[in-house]
Amino acid sequence: MSEPQEANSELRFENAYDELTEIIDQLESGDLSLDESMTLFERGRTLVLFCEKQLNTAELRVSQLLANNDGSFRIDLLS
Amino acid sequence: MPLKDSLAYFERMPHYKSAMDLEERRAHAIIYAMMKNMFDDEPAVYSVSSLTVYIRQMFDLDYRMQDVWVEGEISNFSQPASGHWYFTLKDDRSQLKSVMWKGSVTHQRYILKHGEKVRAHGKINVYEATGQYQLYCDVLVPLETTGDLHARFRQLWDRLEGEGLFREEIKRPLPAFPGRIGIVTSATTAAFQDIQNVLRRRYPLAEVILSPTPVQGESAAPKIVAALQLIDNYGVDVILLARGGGSLEDLWCFNDERIARAIRETRSPVVTGVGHETDTTLVDGAADRRAPTPSAGAEMITPDLVQVRERLIEMRVRLVESARYTIDGRAEQLDDAAHKLRLISPAARIRNDRQRLDELNDRLVKAMANRIAGSRQTLKGQLRALELANPRNLLSRGYAIVTRALDGKRVTDAIDAGPGTSVNIQLDKGSLVAAVKERNLDV
Repeated sequence: MSEPQEANSELRFENAYDELTEIIDQLESGDLSLDESMTLFERGRTLVLFCEKQLNTAELRVSQLLANNDGSFRIDLLS
Repeated sequence: MPLKDSLAYFERMPHYKSAMDLEERRAHAIIYAMMKNMFDDEPAVYSVSSLTVYIRQMFDLDYRMQDVWVEGEISNFSQPASGHWYFTLKDDRSQLKSVMWKGSVTHQRYILKHGEKVRAHGKINVYEATGQYQLYCDVLVPLETTGDLHARFRQLWDRLEGEGLFREEIKRPLPAFPGRIGIVTSATTAAFQDIQNVLRRRYPLAEVILSPTPVQGESAAPKIVAALQLIDNYGVDVILLARGGGSLEDLWCFNDERIARAIRETRSPVVTGVGHETDTTLVDGAADRRAPTPSAGAEMITPDLVQVRERLIEMRVRLVESARYTIDGRAEQLDDAAHKLRLISPAARIRNDRQRLDELNDRLVKAMANRIAGSRQTLKGQLRALELANPRNLLSRGYAIVTRALDGKRVTDAIDAGPGTSVNIQLDKGSLVAAVKERNLDV
């Protein structure tokens, strides 16, 4: 069996959502310098926009995972 | 007792009137009338329908006839367009007319075959139109396999449960937002289509990866295990193991303990959606969550997008609010600091000093001016005094200045000028040269 394929380096919705939750918790805790706050806020804003865009444009991707005879595998797009 | 009297009797009873429908009241009236007649000497004569209703009531009142299991062989099976099934159960000596209504047929997993031995459940009653008693059947199971399979299933279940494979504590939570969803099922089944439809509607953000496998037959179990391990090794957030409804034999491969054990060894949580609501298989016990059907499984593993949107809006508000709060707090501190800074700033001191300097300068200028003015005044006075003291002014009033011609010495004492001495007499206008005639030393 092959090693699991490395996750996409691009941002994924659930990661963005989790990071957003963390950022808000940090911001709400209030022990940050103004600089840190502003950096976090900017990042949070980017994440919110990203998540909203994802929600508005999402289309289900369906693919098929097939094992080759040599133990490796391949992914075929179904839709 | 005539039926109409009996009917009227039951009509009068308020309890019966409210608690029973007309049909039932009629039946009770018929029975009552017939019972009364037993004690009358007159021979009773009934209509066919009255008698048939009476007979039907006898079945109704016999609880054993309401809940019957009967074994027999299928014959005369017919399946008209109405959707109901009609057949006869028989053994070597008797026959039993049977009907299965459409509602029960839809839950029926077996197609009946002529001559097949079955175990049927239902109730016995009379079809009044033909006067025929028959079995109103709601469950039908083929006789050969069921007993066997059920016993084996029970045995397996108990053994794995005893091992602790189904314990609640080892069940893993499902991710709130699965990015990658692994589906283990057959690619060509309706179940996979149903799953895709649910996911497309509910959570199109997901990436769905099918790990295809046969889901039926003797050899399916190891292939299901392989598909499960393949997708788990590939790496997904949650796995849905699914198969549409089928007969007990169809679903039997999901009672393979190898699959149940493989489920407990995956890294990602596994949800099962196998068969219909009423089916329970071994994999359901081992799964982290168990859904009644493939579609229900797809719903179980995904959040509802409407709720996600709501939460996102809420987070957006919280983000802005918290940032504003921080900035406002800092701005306040900044104002404070700026104020303090202004107080201790050299600029302020310089400004203060400059002001004081200006004041001093002002005072200086004023003081100088005063002094100059004062001096000027003094000077004027002195000038006047000086003028007053000018000897010329005396001359104009008749005084004269006498000097010795010889040496110019002013003569203020007679002793300095003896008789004959030449003197100059300075007058207010012009002067005289004179000689002393005589002198008088007395004053």
